[in-house]
Amino acid sequence: MTLTHYLILSGILFSIGAATVLVRRNAIIVFMGIELMLNATNLAFVTFARMHGDLNGQIMAFFVMVVAAAEVVVGLAIIVAIFRTRRSASVDDVNLLKN
Amino acid sequence: MTNLAVAAEVAPALLTETGDVGGGEVVLFWILAPIMVLAALGLLFVRRAVHAAFMVIIVMISLAFLYTAQDAPFLGVAQVVVYTGAVMMLFLFVLMLVGVDASDSLVETIKGQRWIGYLLGLGLAAVLVGVISATTMPRPIGMDDANADTNPVGLARLIFSDWVFTFELAGVLLVIAAVGALVLTHRQRIGAPQKQKERADRRVLAAASGQTHLTPLPAPGVYARSNAVDTPALDASGRPIETSVSRVLRIRGQERGIEDLASATVDVYESITGEEIDASRAAEISEITGDQPNSEETTEGE
Repeated sequence: MTLTHYLILSGILFSIGAATVLVRRNAIIVFMGIELMLNATNLAFVTFARMHGDLNGQIMAFFVMVVAAAEVVVGLAIIVAIFRTRRSASVDDVNLLKN
Repeated sequence: MTNLAVAAEVAPALLTETGDVGGGEVVLFWILAPIMVLAALGLLFVRRAVHAAFMVIIVMISLAFLYTAQDAPFLGVAQVVVYTGAVMMLFLFVLMLVGVDASDSLVETIKGQRWIGYLLGLGLAAVLVGVISATTMPRPIGMDDANADTNPVGLARLIFSDWVFTFELAGVLLVIAAVGALVLTHRQRIGAPQKQKERADRRVLAAASGQTHLTPLPAPGVYARSNAVDTPALDASGRPIETSVSRVLRIRGQERGIEDLASATVDVYESITGEEIDASRAAEISEITGDQPNSEETTEGE
């Protein structure tokens, strides 16, 4: 087993996250897909840090975590705000800009 | 801090001369990787949002294990604290607000979108896996030198020297996100606030117009053989009080009539006092239970 296995796992997780974003309609599950993609990239960062013996990769993963936390806070606030007006958490029902 | 150092020493990442991963890490990886992929697929296919959140939590905790195995104990702990502890709990809070039984609709607004989505995901996986396995990676160095002063100390040195400006920007970003969430979820009040006085006035008005009771509803009846909520209480003249039984039970027809309990009560009364209820009293009882509105006899008579 080499470090490539970690990278392949990271790639598979990223693809599943991307498919979740494309397929699912519930906005909260779509958000979870985005989180999965961010986590997969973090795994790649940590693996590359180990491959190169450089801590900068781990720093990058740390900042990804911080930005993901901020993103989740704002995103979920938007979902709650939309749910209050539309009584729905489905991404299909958000066509406020349509007409 | 010392715990992290101990964790890093207990589970040292073993890189052999050829750069292969060895030791228990192989076992850990081959146990966790299938679990993670299955849980991630669960996120893709599971119907209910709560189950999806649970799947994501499994993936994130497994990732924390992998980080620790890969000589990143600080990130492993941060992963548990930030992702499973904060982010996923936030998800669950919002799920509670939106409704726990919120499940996905299967109606497609764009025709074939579901299959196109699956196909694109598969394609992306194929491309990523193909590219990664075709790439020639340099011989892994490992974190032994970088983690010489333990992993958190090394990370702290870098964050507070090379990356200090980025770190401050991250702090600003978090403040903005917190204020933004407050602004987004702030609700503007429409109309005057409804305080205790207004609510009490409304209640008295409703009672005065005969819509509701001002007092609490009567409690269900307590008898010799039953004190359950499906038995009505008796009023002063011995008639069952309809409102003493829950409205739901009445609508479902699960209310018990007095006549079901009368005989038991009479038996117990007799066994305690040793005297029989005289005929006139028994007739009175049967008269009351007979003209009870919910009794089966009346419905049959009608």
